[in-house]
Amino acid sequence: MKAETTYIKDDRAVKLTYLIMGWGSFAYGQRAKGVLFFAAEAAYIIYMLTAGIPALKGFITLGTREQGWVYDPQLGINVQQSGDNSMLLLLYGVVAIIITVLTVLLYLSSLRSAREAQRMTAEGRRLPSFAEELRSMLDSRLHITLLILPVAGVLIFTVLPLIYMILIAFTNYDSNHQPPGKLFDWVGFQNFSAMLLQRSTLSRSFFPILLWTMIWAVLATASNYIVGIALAVLINRKGIRFKAFWRTILILTIAVPQFISLLIMRNMLSNYGAINELLLSLGWISKRIEFLSNPLLAKVSVLLVNMWIGIPYTMLISTGILMNIPEEQYEAARVDGASPLMIFRKITMPQILFVTTPYLITQFIGNINNFNVIYLLTDGGPQNSSYYFAGSTDLLVTWLYKLTANHRDYSIASTIGILVFLLSAVFSLLSYSRSKAFREEEGYQ
Amino acid sequence: MSHLGLRARKGIADTLCYVVLILLSILWVFPIVWVVLTSFRAEGGSFVTNFIPKTFTLQNYVNLFADTSVFSFGQWFANTAFVAVCSCLLTTFITVSTAFVMSRMRFRLRKPMMKLALILGMFPAFMSMIAVYFVLKSVGLTQSLLALILVYSAGGGLSFYITKGFFDTIPRAVDEAARIDGATNSQIFFRIILPLSKPIIVYTVLTTFMAPWMDFIFAKVIMGDNYSKYTVAIGLYTMLNREFIDQYFTRFAAGAVCIAVPITILFIALQKYYVEGVTGGAVKG
Repeated sequence: MKAETTYIKDDRAVKLTYLIMGWGSFAYGQRAKGVLFFAAEAAYIIYMLTAGIPALKGFITLGTREQGWVYDPQLGINVQQSGDNSMLLLLYGVVAIIITVLTVLLYLSSLRSAREAQRMTAEGRRLPSFAEELRSMLDSRLHITLLILPVAGVLIFTVLPLIYMILIAFTNYDSNHQPPGKLFDWVGFQNFSAMLLQRSTLSRSFFPILLWTMIWAVLATASNYIVGIALAVLINRKGIRFKAFWRTILILTIAVPQFISLLIMRNMLSNYGAINELLLSLGWISKRIEFLSNPLLAKVSVLLVNMWIGIPYTMLISTGILMNIPEEQYEAARVDGASPLMIFRKITMPQILFVTTPYLITQFIGNINNFNVIYLLTDGGPQNSSYYFAGSTDLLVTWLYKLTANHRDYSIASTIGILVFLLSAVFSLLSYSRSKAFREEEGYQ
Repeated sequence: MSHLGLRARKGIADTLCYVVLILLSILWVFPIVWVVLTSFRAEGGSFVTNFIPKTFTLQNYVNLFADTSVFSFGQWFANTAFVAVCSCLLTTFITVSTAFVMSRMRFRLRKPMMKLALILGMFPAFMSMIAVYFVLKSVGLTQSLLALILVYSAGGGLSFYITKGFFDTIPRAVDEAARIDGATNSQIFFRIILPLSKPIIVYTVLTTFMAPWMDFIFAKVIMGDNYSKYTVAIGLYTMLNREFIDQYFTRFAAGAVCIAVPITILFIALQKYYVEGVTGGAVKG
């Protein structure tokens, strides 16, 4: 950045850096740094020649040789050919691209370093020694040191898999094209058009599931929020005793791992489960209620169980806010003759809304992606035969999961993933553009 | 008269509140009580007609740890504890240092990186699950606890926002004073910011320590059918598979209690930090 403030024409040493990384640093006496840059370039060239270029070729073709029997003219018989593995070719191709991008970044940094060295020498200043540069990694360049680990982790376990899966959405990697036996290939936007534009089984599954996902997200978020706040206000009411006791009972359910409480709920709500048995033995019902196997009732059940799971969270958070509202505000309102309802509307609710709006939006996006409740409780069921491998309570994410884990329809699953991303992105943009913390980040300091 | 009427009305309202609270408490506690009772039930099977067991026994707990013919719960417990401790240390370090860098340092890629982290977070995690598996497989790391630790910890680089929000509330003047005294950035990080950030560090440690006890998706994908490398979550989940449920349901309940009790105690002890974490420090107790 500083190089741009006093522009100097590149000299010979810097120009050579265009070809040989680290040359400039080396020529200006920063030997160790120059050698390291050069070593990186050499390593990249060796990698590209041995593995990188074939990987990029494979990335484009996704394999040409199919596994099977081919005629060998020399032997005069059919011999088995091992065949390419499109899945691995695509993976290695993505790795080669990521390595190339990283090398380009390093290349730019070597150029910048050479220019900086030229400028400092021209100004008659002493260049920092290697030891000093290393020390700066703990001070002015601490961000580089601290970010190495996180960036490496995110690159390998988030960015690489994500790029890979996004690319999969543009191939026909489904249950009929499983490498190594079969190859898969690029198909462009075919999956998206089958999902969104054509009248296929896919689109006849996608739109109803999308609709239910949105209904679910709205109802699940709203029910938890409203009842949670009401409960917090109720417990916080003047004159209610054992406040801590009531809260602790509810908080118990947050602390119990969700998968445990949900599996228990599934067992209790099943046709022969504890609740049906209890109601039967009390004589309140004569026929078992199909809590989880009737399409409509299952939807109601998952919403109710989700309230059981989610209300304590809202209660816990709004309790914290309620206790922070100064008692004087209530006193003043009461002296002025405000009714309890008015106090709630004019004092309590605005405070809660102010603090919890970002939370509300995160909850909404979280509910679009609420995997646990649906998967553990109904597994998306009951099965809906008019859908493509999905059930009546399936959300887009659980559908995605089933297509990946049970049916190996990776390309369709990835297409759904991208559409879910677009959905979340729209709501997130709304959230973050309105969130105070993001806008006024510098204001705090 | 009217004064008395008012008091009576308040009394009725209070009683109503208590009735609602008691009913709700029963509703919330019922499943928990039921699983605790089931864990002490001597009659086997997953479906029984009586809510309270006919005979009580401790045998389910004994079998859970002693009977290792099909499942070895003790091993799962040790696996999970190991993964939880390693990944919570690693994740906390990653999250806290990323948050510090984003809050305190200024460099060219800072804003782009923060935006990228947000965008990456919006993709459903299950989408890349299978690709993560392929990546691990290509380096020969599947069915190992190390793979789990790496996968859990790698996410730390993306979930720094809450911690960063906390660091942002520590006044810059504190750093500047240290800087005048000749402190380097790393000294400011380790000696000044970290000691001031106990609540958020406790929150991060708590949430990341609990994650491996509850995740049953990634662990299942990575471990496949290698029962000995299972964590408790996938182990317990497997016990409820159709072929096991009748024999193992009471044992599952015992296992559930064994997991839930320590986590519950931990959570209740530290819930203050949890609330501060979720509300981004907006609530000051």
